[in-house]
Amino acid sequence: MIRKAKEKSPNLAIELAGIPLKNPVMVASGTFGYGEEYADLIDLNRLGAVVTKTITLKPRLGNEPPRIVETASGVLNSIGLQNVGVDAFINEKLPFLRKYDVPLIVSIAGETSDEYVELAKRLRGRKIEGLELNLSCPNIKYDRKLMIAQDAKATHLVVSRVKKVTSVPVIAKLSPNVTDIASVAKVCEEAGADGVSLINTFTGMAIDVENRKPILRQITGGLSGPAIKPIALRMVYEVHKAVGIPIIGIGGIMAARDALEFIIAGAKAIAIGTGNFVDPLTPIKVIDGMREYMIKNKIKDIKSMVGSLKCPKGSL
Amino acid sequence: MQIEAKILENEEIAPDRYKMVLSAPQIARQARPGQFIHVRVSEGYSPLLRRPFSVHRVQGQNIELLYRVVGKGTEILSKRKRGEYLDVLGPLGKGYRLPSVTSKVSDIILVAGGTGVASLMFLAEWISVTNPKLSILVVIGAKSREELLCEGDFRRLDCRVEVATENGTRGYEGLASDLLQKFLPLSGDSSNPLVFACGPSEMLKRIGKISREHRFPCQVSLEEHLACGVGACLGCVVRAKSSPYTYKRVCKDGPVFDAGELIWE
Repeated sequence: MIRKAKEKSPNLAIELAGIPLKNPVMVASGTFGYGEEYADLIDLNRLGAVVTKTITLKPRLGNEPPRIVETASGVLNSIGLQNVGVDAFINEKLPFLRKYDVPLIVSIAGETSDEYVELAKRLRGRKIEGLELNLSCPNIKYDRKLMIAQDAKATHLVVSRVKKVTSVPVIAKLSPNVTDIASVAKVCEEAGADGVSLINTFTGMAIDVENRKPILRQITGGLSGPAIKPIALRMVYEVHKAVGIPIIGIGGIMAARDALEFIIAGAKAIAIGTGNFVDPLTPIKVIDGMREYMIKNKIKDIKSMVGSLKCPKGSL
Repeated sequence: MQIEAKILENEEIAPDRYKMVLSAPQIARQARPGQFIHVRVSEGYSPLLRRPFSVHRVQGQNIELLYRVVGKGTEILSKRKRGEYLDVLGPLGKGYRLPSVTSKVSDIILVAGGTGVASLMFLAEWISVTNPKLSILVVIGAKSREELLCEGDFRRLDCRVEVATENGTRGYEGLASDLLQKFLPLSGDSSNPLVFACGPSEMLKRIGKISREHRFPCQVSLEEHLACGVGACLGCVVRAKSSPYTYKRVCKDGPVFDAGELIWE
């Protein structure tokens, strides 16, 4: 009897870059704080994984407000990586998250490759399941005026150096603000990344026509939400064709069908970002919706759906 | 908490001003004056984000909202019908900090601008029940007589009510903050007023300044565009005093702050 029931229930568990996940639904960096903000509203134990707000070596104050504005089916933000810094994260935030049975991926960012290395070292032996390298924050400019993920050499340097000093899986978070995201993903793979997550936000802006001023204090910000989903999906599709390492699909996922699109395009896992703001239960609804879809379509294992896109014959 | 709240009433009580009554027993039990709820005004992505509304009143198992139609979100909300359900998060945020019965506060002054009356009504009702010995002066400001809200409700609570309209169609002609100045200083040295203000940010800034000059404690409730509403996204911050300054979240550390802790731009 037990076995029969087990057979009926579809398998949502996956292994992501060596990290076992109960299901492929994660929450994206910067949209879920340090977990505690949402703990009263959602059962953290049900999530596939939590990716923390990006941590830097020193605490960061963040940008001057206004920092956020809603646009058509999306949100523009320029928070400026406000965070408590790695020491306070370890002492004050990590113990709370560790009370839950959920894999923890810590997002880190630095202004130099040395800072990434130092962060990875400080997080050694801290009971975390993985590191996500935020190479694509519009607020941190590496070297010249670029994000790290816009520069192949810098990307390679950061990924390969972090890989040398950590034993946990390393995931590189890519920027969509590039000509060819697949080539950046390839660089990450060559540098030893265990996975890539994509996409971070698109740079964008909004203007108040009454006073002709930018609405955000920083003038430009990062666009997220359903507005960017079709582009995110296309990028996941392109990256899936180019690399063998697992992909975490991110960009405007609001419902199970959105998540399934990303998985079919080639994402092994997905993360909810802006969707958490709209409805804190979005990740749970996505998990339940995926399971329902699998039951209805007699799919036993979610893994069989990854990259299962059926393109017409003769198409590239 | 997140609940589906049934709309019991949604009526236009003044031009573009609406009162909504929601059945929300859990929120009604927990809500304190100054706290807010975060409402998804419609399914779909336009608007995408929730909209915050302070709790205007608690009546048994129901909560009341008082809102003005200012954009797409409130426009859609104003068209929602009795019997429909709204996805609501709340109660959220830190509300007004109330004087204890033993405190030396002798007078309460509430200064409301426009729909800022919404949260101060709940506060007046709360004080009149928990600390009935305190006298409450309410200064209400509006652009015109038509836009004045809740005057009668405050009087029914035995509050002294003074009214200011910018066009002079009722009461004092001018701003609520100017009218407030006319009552200061209060009855000599023995008075220990505590001021609560809610309204447009320019008004709060002026009242903050008056409170500094007259050296009385003042709490202000800020209005900001919010994304998450629970302190995670850090989108709604204001500058607060620290060494030299820090950012506080309107949704989680506020929306009510001591006027003295904020750095006004």
